[in-house]
Amino acid sequence: MNVSASVSAQRTIKNKAAIVGVGATPYYKRAESDPQTLEELVGKAILAALEDAGLAAEDVDGFAYFAGGFDTGYLMETLGIPEVRFSATLTGTGGGSAGSIGLAASAIVSGSADVVVCVGANKQSVQRYGSITSAYPATPANAFFGTTGLVGPGHIFALLARRHMHLYGTRREHFAEVALSARANAMSNPEARMRKPMTRDDYFAAPMLADPHCLFDFCLETDGAVAVVLTTPDRAKDLRQRPVNVLAAAHGGAREWGRSIYWMNMPDEVFASSGHGAVAKRLYADAGVEPGDIDCAQFYDHFTSQVIMQIEDYGFCARGEGGPFVAEGNIRFDGGSLPINTDGGQLSAGYVWGMTHVREAVEQLRGTACNQLASAELALVTGGPSNLPVSGLILARS
Amino acid sequence: MDQRIAKRPPAQFASVSRDKWTEPFWSAAAKRELHLSRCSDCGRFRMPPTPFCPACRSQRIEWVHYRGPAILYSFTIVDRAIVAGMEESLPYVPAIVEFPDAQNVRLITNLVDCMIGEIEIGMRVQLIWSEATEGLVLPVFTLEAKSAESIRQ
Repeated sequence: MNVSASVSAQRTIKNKAAIVGVGATPYYKRAESDPQTLEELVGKAILAALEDAGLAAEDVDGFAYFAGGFDTGYLMETLGIPEVRFSATLTGTGGGSAGSIGLAASAIVSGSADVVVCVGANKQSVQRYGSITSAYPATPANAFFGTTGLVGPGHIFALLARRHMHLYGTRREHFAEVALSARANAMSNPEARMRKPMTRDDYFAAPMLADPHCLFDFCLETDGAVAVVLTTPDRAKDLRQRPVNVLAAAHGGAREWGRSIYWMNMPDEVFASSGHGAVAKRLYADAGVEPGDIDCAQFYDHFTSQVIMQIEDYGFCARGEGGPFVAEGNIRFDGGSLPINTDGGQLSAGYVWGMTHVREAVEQLRGTACNQLASAELALVTGGPSNLPVSGLILARS
Repeated sequence: MDQRIAKRPPAQFASVSRDKWTEPFWSAAAKRELHLSRCSDCGRFRMPPTPFCPACRSQRIEWVHYRGPAILYSFTIVDRAIVAGMEESLPYVPAIVEFPDAQNVRLITNLVDCMIGEIEIGMRVQLIWSEATEGLVLPVFTLEAKSAESIRQ
């Protein structure tokens, strides 16, 4: 018997914490949330999540963030939270959205805190995310890509997309299918920003921003906030909503991915990937499930090409076969083997640092989603492919 | 075939911050020489330069004047201004170039002065120097002479 493996199995967070509340602001077009402040959007989402759960601000005693997080002291001051016993953030950027749920679960499992809030929010009045790379500080490390005019993440990821096309024969038609599937789902989501139909012709007529990425390969630029509340399984039983269990959460990644898009020296075998391989393996092992057990996936869709690479990294098809996989209709809500981004995703519903994906997974598992799947027992959620850490999450219907 | 010529990237992005580990790369570039960093102990190349060798953790580093071939690893064509000031530079071509004689380490750079429709991954590319702003010389690449010849005709 492998002793270390059995000890490791006992040490997972499996079914030891539950999501009991979800709350969100409307999804605003970039800068249209004015004059609300970012902290105000965050506060509104947190209060909505607590209301959803049937909890009060006084019950909150922990915060688990990602992408820099927020000022816990300020949130306590303004929301009237009397005492906090856990306040931590994952390092990195949007890679940590799904992983922040695991951070919250860790706090609960360790007994550090009982009611933990995770929250993601954007407000792009000053800096739009589409060109955020050009606003990075001039550091010695950034000098090795900053001069080249790679002004935004979509420009940088285009380099991975083109390599994927070169290695595996992936085509723009495949990227189009990801965008069209997202739009089809958004059309029946009343909260989605983009609800007009999109045709293949619309896709190919869109302006090319960073070849092979056209406008519709980029996610939206949204203002808004989404918050999630977790607590112990025992406490979850008495609350307002059907709890959603945290089956597994993992963050991190392999050195060969590392700083990835800011480094570009990943080995060729993983260059044209999402960098999620190590996290995916850990996630399935901790959850005790396989890709075939997943009913729906909410992939961090900042760019269509990275959805295809995540489908590969999470084992739904072999490396290089993501293009044909989507072309065969597998990701469609209507009859696909792996419906993805069932709310319209960041491509067509709204971009809130990946937290919309946690929200949608929870709604699917509660049975209250706008595009409700007939069978939704297990949902996969991913954080943004980016520099490490990246993260993944498997949630289960209770 | 897209017959437009790849331009220089917008000069507004041409600023370089340095530290003791990266300075030799930029000072060699100022002399129009491409230097790549290598571990003095185990000989492993690494780019960009960092304080430790990831293979043996040594801090001893040496800079090799690279004169070998360069291969286009990937590229993107930027065709739309999303930051003010980009307009005059469109289209430009950020690229990744790989150095086979330096253990295939790569550099993020630009392809310039070549016909966009002729660019393909795997092509040999040729190093040229671009004075992006006064005093800042950057290594950029163009398609090798045979391709460039066809542009002029």
